[in-house]
Amino acid sequence: MLMTNSSMMYLRRPLCISLCDRNSNAVALYEMMYTIRAFEHSLLEMFGAGVLAGTTHTCLGQEATAAGILSAIDRKRDCVVTNHRNHGHFLAYCGELERLYLEVMGRPEGICAGRGGSQHLHFHNYYSNGVQGGIVPFAVGIALAEKNKRSGAVTIVFLGDGTLGEGAVYEAFNCASLWGAPVLFVIEDNGYAQSTPRRLGVSGSIRARAEAFDIPVDELHACSLDPCAVLQSASGAIDRARVNVKPQCIVLHNYRLGPHSKGDDQRDASEVKRAWEHDPLAAARARLALEDAWQIEQNVTILIHEAQTRVLDDSIRFPRHGVTYDQPPCSTNSKNGEHPLFAQRGDAPAVK
Amino acid sequence: MHLLLSEDERVIVIGEDVADPYGGAFKVTRGLSTLYPDQVITTPISEGAITGIAAGMAVRGFKPVAEIMFGDFLTLAADQLINHAAKFNFMYNETVSVPLVIRTPMGGRRGYGPTHSQSLEKHFLGVPGLTVVAVNSATDAGELLVTAVKHARAPVLFIENKHLYTLQTTTHLSGWNLERLGLCGETDTFPTIVLCQQFAPASDALIFTYGGMTPLCIEALIRLHETEGLNCDLAVFSQLSPVPTGHLRSIMTMKALPSVCAYAEEASVESGWGAEMIASVEMARQQLGMMAPLMHVRIGADHTPIPASRGLENAALPQIEDIVMTLVNCF
Repeated sequence: MLMTNSSMMYLRRPLCISLCDRNSNAVALYEMMYTIRAFEHSLLEMFGAGVLAGTTHTCLGQEATAAGILSAIDRKRDCVVTNHRNHGHFLAYCGELERLYLEVMGRPEGICAGRGGSQHLHFHNYYSNGVQGGIVPFAVGIALAEKNKRSGAVTIVFLGDGTLGEGAVYEAFNCASLWGAPVLFVIEDNGYAQSTPRRLGVSGSIRARAEAFDIPVDELHACSLDPCAVLQSASGAIDRARVNVKPQCIVLHNYRLGPHSKGDDQRDASEVKRAWEHDPLAAARARLALEDAWQIEQNVTILIHEAQTRVLDDSIRFPRHGVTYDQPPCSTNSKNGEHPLFAQRGDAPAVK
Repeated sequence: MHLLLSEDERVIVIGEDVADPYGGAFKVTRGLSTLYPDQVITTPISEGAITGIAAGMAVRGFKPVAEIMFGDFLTLAADQLINHAAKFNFMYNETVSVPLVIRTPMGGRRGYGPTHSQSLEKHFLGVPGLTVVAVNSATDAGELLVTAVKHARAPVLFIENKHLYTLQTTTHLSGWNLERLGLCGETDTFPTIVLCQQFAPASDALIFTYGGMTPLCIEALIRLHETEGLNCDLAVFSQLSPVPTGHLRSIMTMKALPSVCAYAEEASVESGWGAEMIASVEMARQQLGMMAPLMHVRIGADHTPIPASRGLENAALPQIEDIVMTLVNCF
């Protein structure tokens, strides 16, 4: 199997053991990650079942970023600017499951009344937009506004490896550094820009891009999959941005376990399979007591089930038991009701 | 500008070379950074970032007035305007406002050549969520800018034709009544000025124009009357997009519509402002039940880049003679 250095860097390193193992952070972070995973799976299932129209970009495999970074923010004042692949960020920011379902479904009760859809969300200090690159100067503008208001808010903006191809990113880096914008650039290298692997899209060093503008960089390698390590890094960076009133950057390396959007995945199947063996959700779970993990899975599944029950037609049934989402999502091409969404599953809790 | 910055500390001027002593390539911001250092940001050469940062500040409670040094460089800000700033209010279900004004000089007649002389505003017309306003020599530019900054909830692209920087505003024209449609600050629409001729009960033609073509059209009105015996009216629009259809209907019903309507713009006419105005006039005619035959003629630049040499540029851009001859040829 051909393995690229760029996309699979973390596979060649052991997961680091972070300091917050087995403490309450780990429990909370797992809950967040599990919620995101379950939500994203359910969306792909809903597409497969023909319940949804339009598109979605799931963040399977990238849950540690959402959980770790957004657990470090001050939700009362910090601002979040993010991209097309933002359900995880959104759920970690506010947990508004039901209104996100409704938004993706295009319903008037959705977070933006169905006008924005999956990629264009706004809720309190959270903004997402589906065009790459352009969100970065927008985020710097927000950070400068908050600086002028002396609110003490830090603005967090999420970029991917693919976004690094956009010139707007470097204009924004330059201005943020020149004018001391309290902004945290989170560059999430998930290995692929849609179908283009990092080695075909990103030359040179990612961290050197930010460092060239005098923006301090904290780069996590294998630890990028560990939400506790991400949280720790983000807490430090956000503190520095707030206290020093200067931009900061975190570079994370993970792997997009799912397709770019719904079913468009032509990557080497064995590469994806190997990546699933390093699933960050499974790693986060392994650090918890089984009962804790099982309890979280039960609770989250009930929450999701209840949300779906409220937003969906009665004719569609969903599993009500805890599921470990340790497999690639099922194909979105369902045939004659054989889609797992409609299959009756056992009531026994699934525990690895 | 001084008034805006002194009255409201949320007004921020941001752009390339806007600080003193330079005060902007066309000196519009001269003196501001000295008096209001905290409200003026001079930037690197980054039109996309200027626009994006200004949009971010607007969303969080400021009233940025961004300057793009030459309108030709607006293409570099197009993504920020079209895919970001103009979208926010609608796509976030009207929970955010974007009080952002982008000022930029357009137009030729200065020998600056193909990339510093264009009138690119036509490419920004018809963008939902984006209002395009153009300064003209029949309306007070300061009043238009104050209205844009104070009242906009969505981005306003504010076009200043370079040719107008040195001209006085026409407030009176012997033989024509100046009528004003719309009051700054009181309506959602920027005002339109109509020059109605007093020489004859009916007019021979109605000319529509905006921006830098305004002084040329006014001169053409006089020549058409004095040397060609044609009595024409002129409608000068400040708001290019969305089309102020209320003003358009008012103009068309002020008096009997003549048999010729001309549309004068400095850009090449293809897919331009005049084309949209013709469609809007025809729609209004249908709605108003106006069935009489009506000839439409467009006046604009050659469909080429704008040459640098004085002679070639003059030949490529629409001149007073072009307006006069186009109308004379209609009769």
